[in-house]
Amino acid sequence: MTATSTATVRGQQVPAPAATRRRGPGRGPRREGVAGYVFLSPWLLGLMGITAIPMLLSLYLSFTNYDTLSTFSDLEWIGLDNYRRMFTDDAHYLHAVRVTVVYALITVPLKLTAALAVAMLLNRTWRGVGVFRGLFYLPSLLGGSVALALVWFAMFSREGAFNALLSVFGVTGRSWVNDPDTALGTLIILGVWQFGTPMVIFLAGLKQVPSELYEAASVDGAGATRSFWHVTLPMLSPVLFFNLVMETIRAFQGFTSAFVISNGTGGPVDSTMLYTLYLYIKGFTEYEMGYATAMAWVFLVAIGLITAVFFTTGRFWVHYSDGDDR
Amino acid sequence: MNRSSLAIRIPVLLVMLAVVLYPLVWMLGSSFKSNAEIVNNLSVLPREWTPGNYREGWSSLDVSFGRFFVNSTVIAGLTVLANATSCLVTAYAFARLRFPLRKFWFAIMIGTLLLPGDVLIIPQYILFKYLGWIDTPLLPLIVPKLLATEAFFVFLMVQFMRGIPRELDEAAKIDGCSPYAVFRHVLAPLSMPAVVTTAIFSFIWTWNDFFTQLVYLNDLDRYTVPIGLRLFMDSGGQTSLGPMFAMSVLSLLPVFLFFVAFQRLLVEGINTSGLKG
Repeated sequence: MTATSTATVRGQQVPAPAATRRRGPGRGPRREGVAGYVFLSPWLLGLMGITAIPMLLSLYLSFTNYDTLSTFSDLEWIGLDNYRRMFTDDAHYLHAVRVTVVYALITVPLKLTAALAVAMLLNRTWRGVGVFRGLFYLPSLLGGSVALALVWFAMFSREGAFNALLSVFGVTGRSWVNDPDTALGTLIILGVWQFGTPMVIFLAGLKQVPSELYEAASVDGAGATRSFWHVTLPMLSPVLFFNLVMETIRAFQGFTSAFVISNGTGGPVDSTMLYTLYLYIKGFTEYEMGYATAMAWVFLVAIGLITAVFFTTGRFWVHYSDGDDR
Repeated sequence: MNRSSLAIRIPVLLVMLAVVLYPLVWMLGSSFKSNAEIVNNLSVLPREWTPGNYREGWSSLDVSFGRFFVNSTVIAGLTVLANATSCLVTAYAFARLRFPLRKFWFAIMIGTLLLPGDVLIIPQYILFKYLGWIDTPLLPLIVPKLLATEAFFVFLMVQFMRGIPRELDEAAKIDGCSPYAVFRHVLAPLSMPAVVTTAIFSFIWTWNDFFTQLVYLNDLDRYTVPIGLRLFMDSGGQTSLGPMFAMSVLSLLPVFLFFVAFQRLLVEGINTSGLKG
């Protein structure tokens, strides 16, 4: 502590001897730099140990025939075989890609539309608006759980609530979760049902839109539809962009519901085989870890590319009213 | 856009809310129905309320469901502590200290925010297996949280700290506080709202987490609530539907209570991290 004692003297007038100033951690930027790395060290360790190194290791393993049962010693380098197999020799893989893309392409727009619609309805101040907002948000907290996936399974099974509802209209439903044509649909509904998080973010965005803009629009003779397209949407575009990126990434990771509803199989007939579920099956039930790591890398690159596409195209439609805040 | 529009808004919202809440109400109602009624009674509410499903669900598996609750609580509790501390420390460095490469590391941190967690599961599993941690599941589940790997919370706290007036730490510095003392006496206490938000979200996410727990928890004795719930599915058949609903309701109860108690904090947490002012 003696080295820092000069720093504890009130004010800076007290000259410290040159020698101690140079040697110890001293005052000012140098010492703050050291402190910075001290505080950063857990995160840095995690970045290296938990994120970077495992990922690089897995990149290496993706070129091998590694399986969890073997030790690292009898690894065999098989080059690009895993990657080649994915795209040319594994129909299940390509099927999983297709299922995931369909799932994301339908879930994300529906979810964001529901989120924006409800957010706009809630974007007034009246007594009790907070209760509505909270209750619409609730599914986002609960929906990712196993419990809700089980409920979904029961609700869309032959004797579930959905068919009970249909029977009121004289329609005899089927078991939606066991039909390859509709099983993915039930997952999509479960995904859309959790529109609360993007809704809350839209709501915050809507509050930022200056009301003068609406007034100006209505003075210029714009009706509700026009002011939605020409005021609300452009002003909301940064928030919409954020939600679009986050929800797309989330949609690509819909593991829990698919796993539970298909009982870990991706069935019926692979209709709910989302990418991450197939990854899990390859890695942890068929022990083809080398292949699974290759799949994880393709997944990562794909998500990176999609995000990059969003950011490049975003420049043309995302409108920042306050300069370059982001 | 005027007062009369409320008269349209509220009925529309009520109808939408009914649709959105229906699955939850149906689950709750069914959990009190007898097995015969679950199939035959189309109404949401049971004709006869029976707690039998709860009794059966709690004890019908080889291990009491209480065990799963204890395990989940331990894991969620430790995660909360680990996340709150490590992310607070990291956020302080990013929000307040100037050190070489700060911008670079911050960009990396934002990058990991977009990194899909599911991609990391297999690489991490391989590492933990290599380290021999697979037989002590607490290590793979908790150690990453001690190392601030949840960038979402780091970001949330950085955003919060940026809102704390710099004059406060400048004053402390002039009074001779080191960066460590500024953290301990100024930034950490003032960041408590963000810490609470982090704690609640970590609890809920860990409580609901399925993928990582599925990978690392292989002994029935160590199962958590989500993994245990799935056993009702394995046994199949209509007979276990009632207990399954009952345990599902119980499993959601802690999350629901957190929601009721901290609703505003949760919504604000989504906002501060979701976008900047």
